[in-house]
Amino acid sequence: MLIHRMKLDEHYAVLDVNSGAVHLVDAMIFDLLGVYDGSNASETFLAFRDKYAEEDISEALAEIKNLQEQGLMFSPSFPVPNTFSQEPILKSLCLHIAHDCNLRCGYCFAGTGDFGGHRALMSKDIAEQAIDFAIAGSKNRHNLEIDLFGGEPLMNVPVVKHVINYARKREVETNKNIKLTLTTNGTLLNDDIVEFLNKNRVMLVLSLDGSKETHDNMRPFPNKAGSYDSAVAGFKKVIESRQGKNYYLRGTYTHYNLNFADDTVSMLDIGKEISMEPVIGTDEPYVLTEGDLPRIMEEYDKLARIYLDRRANGEAFDFFHFNVALDNGPCVAKRLAGCGAGHEYFAITPEGDIYPCHQFVGREKYKMGTLATGIERQDLVQHFRQMHVMKKPMCQECWARFFCSGGCHANADMANGDISQPYEYGCKIQKKRLECAIIIQALLSEEANAGGEDLRPEIDNFKFKV
Amino acid sequence: MKKRIKTVNKQMLNKTLKTGGCGECPVSCQSACKTSCTVGNQVCEKN
Repeated sequence: MLIHRMKLDEHYAVLDVNSGAVHLVDAMIFDLLGVYDGSNASETFLAFRDKYAEEDISEALAEIKNLQEQGLMFSPSFPVPNTFSQEPILKSLCLHIAHDCNLRCGYCFAGTGDFGGHRALMSKDIAEQAIDFAIAGSKNRHNLEIDLFGGEPLMNVPVVKHVINYARKREVETNKNIKLTLTTNGTLLNDDIVEFLNKNRVMLVLSLDGSKETHDNMRPFPNKAGSYDSAVAGFKKVIESRQGKNYYLRGTYTHYNLNFADDTVSMLDIGKEISMEPVIGTDEPYVLTEGDLPRIMEEYDKLARIYLDRRANGEAFDFFHFNVALDNGPCVAKRLAGCGAGHEYFAITPEGDIYPCHQFVGREKYKMGTLATGIERQDLVQHFRQMHVMKKPMCQECWARFFCSGGCHANADMANGDISQPYEYGCKIQKKRLECAIIIQALLSEEANAGGEDLRPEIDNFKFKV
Repeated sequence: MKKRIKTVNKQMLNKTLKTGGCGECPVSCQSACKTSCTVGNQVCEKN
């Protein structure tokens, strides 16, 4: 399909897939584009002769034709560029500072912190080696992203501090711009570490699932007590200390809270930068089911309405997946490169083992090498690098392919044992979320273009704002 | 003639075939565990 139609209540939008053009349309155009493909005017007249006057259809098709001539509607597919088939450049590393955690979250992909191995903490030496590995692999790229992860990285504060200090030192020595991010459950955010993270410009991802009830249900301490109160105390402390900037509250929704729009709204009591993701799993009781899908679709619509209402009423909040840049989004080369796992992005375990990403850690057949040996599985590097949307049968004709770029490789491997086959359930959610995002951004853009208030969210690739 | 269509952006993906590929933009999974691979939520670092 060269176009994709989408709708939220009385708002209709059309995406022209190959140009990226987004159009707000009226109900009639929306109807006509269900049949008209840029070349079948007669068929279109026939299909709608009982619904619309011939002269109206004629005018509408002329308007569409005009856009077609400008390359903004039914624009044809273009050949895949060669840019991304060159040698990869390392852009980002995920350091597993701790294979340990002080919580026992029910859905943890890391097996509650130890990834199915033994609990371990990364040493200062391995952490330094990882930074140097990243700097070497990044070649002439000015930017370098380092994520501090786990398990719970704040189980290993001495190394968190050491690696941040080392990264900031090496940044100056190499003239790189190192963007640091740390993901935490919040329960160990004391004054000392909060001050350190602020001083060193570390972006934060704060794991919060929504209301106390929802959060405590899936995120208990080992003694089964819920972690909400402790986590939120930490979140409030750190958010206030950095003037409400440079973080995301990031939640996971499961089969147990299909009303995740309500949980998202409840997070607004704690902060305004929100992300909410579906849980990933196979057959566990908390996993989202096919039967849950209609409700999930409704919840995204509900969230989109709340998002627009609050924005219009001066109570704007940021929802990560509604941030789609309609005008200065990534280039085609980037859109085809996908997530970068396995060629531009790797995860490093406490032992210094290299995996394609944090989710692949522990899946032994994907181990790529060690910091001591470097990347040994160049075959895997190429396998991941070449596995872009135009190579995946399911993706080639999908309208969302330049926005999702093929989905999560780890999920594809988990669901299908094959990274060339995306995890279909994830695709369904992704597409609905994108539809909401595109309509939201289209409506806000149109308002701004028409001289109204510009209520579009700022999108800045999660940069630390001083 | 009534205008039924409002084009809200000027982005033309195919134009970036020539201008793109510098590689300065971040990877798409932000290791948020798991802010998933939505390249669509990024902006070009050149702008």
